Amino acid sequence: MSSKQSSNNITQARRTVQQLRIEANIERIKVSKASADLMHYCSEHAKYDPLLMGIPTSENPFKDKKPCTIL
Amino acid sequence: MGEMEQMKKEAEGLKTQIEAARKAVNDTDMASAAAGVAPAPRVQLKTRRTLKGHLAKIYAMHWCTDNRLMVSASQDGKLLIWDSHSGNKVNAVPLKSSWVMTCAYAPSGNLVASGGLDNMCTVYNLKTPVIKTVKELDAHAGYLSCCRFLSDNEILTASGDTTCALWDLETGKQTTVFLSHVGDCMCLALSPDNNSFISGACDSLAKLWDIRDGQCKQTFLGHTSDINAISFLPSGNAVVTGSDDCTCKMYDLRADQEVICYQDAALNSGVTSLALSMSGRLVFAGYDDFNCNIWDSLKGEKVGVLSGHDNRVSCTGVPADGMCVCTGSWDSFLKIWN
Repeated sequence: MSSKQSSNNITQARRTVQQLRIEANIERIKVSKASADLMHYCSEHAKYDPLLMGIPTSENPFKDKKPCTIL
Repeated sequence: MGEMEQMKKEAEGLKTQIEAARKAVNDTDMASAAAGVAPAPRVQLKTRRTLKGHLAKIYAMHWCTDNRLMVSASQDGKLLIWDSHSGNKVNAVPLKSSWVMTCAYAPSGNLVASGGLDNMCTVYNLKTPVIKTVKELDAHAGYLSCCRFLSDNEILTASGDTTCALWDLETGKQTTVFLSHVGDCMCLALSPDNNSFISGACDSLAKLWDIRDGQCKQTFLGHTSDINAISFLPSGNAVVTGSDDCTCKMYDLRADQEVICYQDAALNSGVTSLALSMSGRLVFAGYDDFNCNIWDSLKGEKVGVLSGHDNRVSCTGVPADGMCVCTGSWDSFLKIWN
C-alpha cells in the first residue's frame, strides 16, 4: 500500500472514530416515554387530520366535478 | 499497537457502547406501548383526480405550500406544474437532461428545482414572464437523488456521490457538504423547525444532520437494504423510512433507535416513497408492486391500500393541509386520493 493510501485510510478511520464519539455521547430517553409522547401528539392532532377523520363532500376541494347546468 | 489498529479498536468499543446505551432505554416498543390506543379507522380513499400529461415514467412530485399547486418530474424530459383542484396543467418546464430523479417546490411558490443523472440541481423561476433557469448547481460527483428548498436562497441536495450539500442560490456554490454516508444518498427530509434534516442512503443507514454546523448528530441502523424514502413526523421527534428491504421503520430521535417496523410477510416489494398524514397517524408508502399501502404508524397495522396504478408507485406526497394524498407512478399518471 502506498503511503498516500495508508494516510487516507488513517484519516478515514479518525473521522469514523470522531463521528462515533459524537453519537455515543448523546442523551437518550426511554422508548416508553418516546412512544407516549408520539401517541399524545397523534391523539391531540387526530381531529385536524382530514385523511383520518374523513372529509365532508361539501368541504372537499377534490370532490367529483358535477356537470354544470346553465339556468 | 499501530494507530490504525488503535482506531479500529476504539471504533468497535464505541459501537458496543452505543448499542448498550440504546438497549438500556429499550424498555418497550411502540406497538406494545400503543396496545391500548383505539385502532385507526379502516381508510378507504377514492381517486378524485387522475392527472394525465406526462409521456413517460414519473419519478418525483412535490406539493406547493399553497396546498393546490404541485410539480411532477418525468423522464419524458419535463417538469409539469399542476393545479390539483382543476386537474389542469399550469406550466411545463422543458429539461436540458431528461434523466430526472427529483423535483421540489420552494416554500414561496416562486421557484422549482430538479436534477438527476446530469449530477446537477437546476433551479427555475416560475414567476418571470417566461420561466427562466436561475441557477445550475454543479458540484456533485454523482446523480442528484433528492432536493429540498429551505427558502428562495438555500437548497439542500442528496447525491449518488454519498454526500448531501447545502447551496447558496445567490452564489450557486455549496455552503456546507455533509459527509458520512458510505453509500449513494437516496432521499432527504427537512425537520419541521428547519434546523436539521435527515438523509437515507444505499448504506442502509438514516442520518440526522445539523444544517448549520454540518455535523452528523445521529445514525440509525436496522434496514438491510437501500433507504429510498424518508420523512419527519410532524412532531419533529421521529422519522419514518422506506427501504428496498420491503419494510418501513419509525426511528425516534430522542430514544435514538427504531421503535416500530411496518412489514408484512406477504409484501416482498421494495418501498419507493412515503408520506405521512397531518397528525402522523397514517403512513402512505408506495411500493414496487404498483400499490400504496396505508399503515397505522402507532400500531404497525395495515389499514388500507391505494390501488389503481398500472406500474410502480414512484412518489407520494401529502400537502401541508393534509387534505389528500398524491401518488405518482411509472405508468405516467398522478392520482389524487381522499
